[in-house]
Amino acid sequence: MSTGSAEIINVTIKVWRQNGPSDDGHFETYDQAITTDASFLEMLDLLNDSLNEQGSEPIAFESDCREGICGTCGVMINGRAHGPQKATATCQLHMREFKDGDEIVVEPFRAAGFPVIRDLAVDRSPLDRIIEAGGYISVNTGAASDANLTPVPKDAADQAFDAAACIGCGACVAACPNSAAQLFTSAKIGHLALLPQGQAERWSRTEEMVEVMEEFFGSCTNHGECHEACPKEISLDFIAFMNRDYVKAKIKNRALSGQN
Amino acid sequence: MVQTTNERYRVTPLRSKKRSWPFPLNIYQTAVGRKWVMALTGIGLIGFVLVHMIGNLHIYEGPARMHEYAESLRTLAGGIVPKGFILWLLRFGLLVMFGLHLHSAITLRNFSGKSSNNATLVGGAKKYESGRDHIAAGYASRTMRWTGPIIALFLFYHLADLTWGWWLGDDFVPGDPYHNVSESLASLPIAILYIVANIALAMHIFHGAWSMFQSLGVNNPKYNHLRRGLATALAGIILVGNLSFPIFTQTGLINEDNRKCPASEINVLECLAEQAEGH
Repeated sequence: MSTGSAEIINVTIKVWRQNGPSDDGHFETYDQAITTDASFLEMLDLLNDSLNEQGSEPIAFESDCREGICGTCGVMINGRAHGPQKATATCQLHMREFKDGDEIVVEPFRAAGFPVIRDLAVDRSPLDRIIEAGGYISVNTGAASDANLTPVPKDAADQAFDAAACIGCGACVAACPNSAAQLFTSAKIGHLALLPQGQAERWSRTEEMVEVMEEFFGSCTNHGECHEACPKEISLDFIAFMNRDYVKAKIKNRALSGQN
Repeated sequence: MVQTTNERYRVTPLRSKKRSWPFPLNIYQTAVGRKWVMALTGIGLIGFVLVHMIGNLHIYEGPARMHEYAESLRTLAGGIVPKGFILWLLRFGLLVMFGLHLHSAITLRNFSGKSSNNATLVGGAKKYESGRDHIAAGYASRTMRWTGPIIALFLFYHLADLTWGWWLGDDFVPGDPYHNVSESLASLPIAILYIVANIALAMHIFHGAWSMFQSLGVNNPKYNHLRRGLATALAGIILVGNLSFPIFTQTGLINEDNRKCPASEINVLECLAEQAEGH
């Protein structure tokens, strides 16, 4: 849908090319004419079309839903995770954020826990390792329980939902000067710890998820860059919540809550 | 409940779980726990710096009062414990806190450095080709790893200067802090050194005093808006107080022209004590 004010702009794309995990990688520069109504990923699609026509390798990047809810896309655009627009995933970023003649530097998310697979695609599976460590509730299957059987106060539901909005894109890790995954992990811990269903495994979950997180990622120094980069604007308050719950988990008498 | 994952695509952990130490030392084995230690020792060290600054304001009451204050630190809980016992206990506590603060800072810095290995590191911090424009991270938070070492080096200089008297030599009079301070800070380069170090200290506290709330999980909408203000106030009060000493020495407010007990005399300490009694 055209807004009527759409125009064609010429941009220079300086993009990271890396032939595989062990390749050194380098930047390459391309020129692309694009309508300002196009999304950033559509611009990359068009660039890839022309690369294909020339017989060159297209740029590898990840995307899936392209409506900002799956967390698959994500690149550094001009040094900012998901680009210049706040609370917006890369797929929802549009070229109207850029001006004619702009040079746009596109890099993969960087962290030792996020090795580059190819070009802009990085392996974010360490985030899955954190979830495996406890980011779930154990429910024995059987007949579905009645809806509203477990009362949840509205405020708790709202807070838990704010945390659950995390799409696991990894922008927090990429933006963090320490490559820490505190915002991701604390959001995943927070949304379960705020609900009655999450209480049974609360302490073992927090302990195990934090410890797996530290196997892959750095240490939080409370810069706050993660919150600025987060397309879902997850609050730093969840990091504080996790820090407290973690030490509580260490100190608590868990024998009596059956959580060893 | 380990889910199956194709081993081929597994990213290897940067560090493996170590055997856990006995409680409560196991808390210190993790980065989150280490940040707790950083925050708790930080509170202790800020407390010290604040009390140190306030105590030193006695210098504006003249050499006799300053001597009396220094003496009162040695005779804390006097009569119950031997002279200097409490002071040494406090010094030992400070040393432990400082050691833990330093050790956790250095190890966490390396921890984060290794976690950014895939990125171009500049000065120990992750950098992107396009040049990051930091949005939230302030100058103070990004320079913690520089202001920290500056403070540590200055601390050594400061102890050698006014506790051990290494640089003043024969001019150093143990037990007469007024004389030692005015002797030392009268030199312009040393005054500038003190000013620079105290600006670094204030910046360190500006981020640290806010950051410790997050590290400890002290987070509540009732007072969250006060945390930044408290950190700014602490840093500001400590900065103004500490900067006043080199500045007023340089401008001549702290000087020895009108001393009743010249520091060159043998019985200067007894003279100062008598003068303080007489007030």
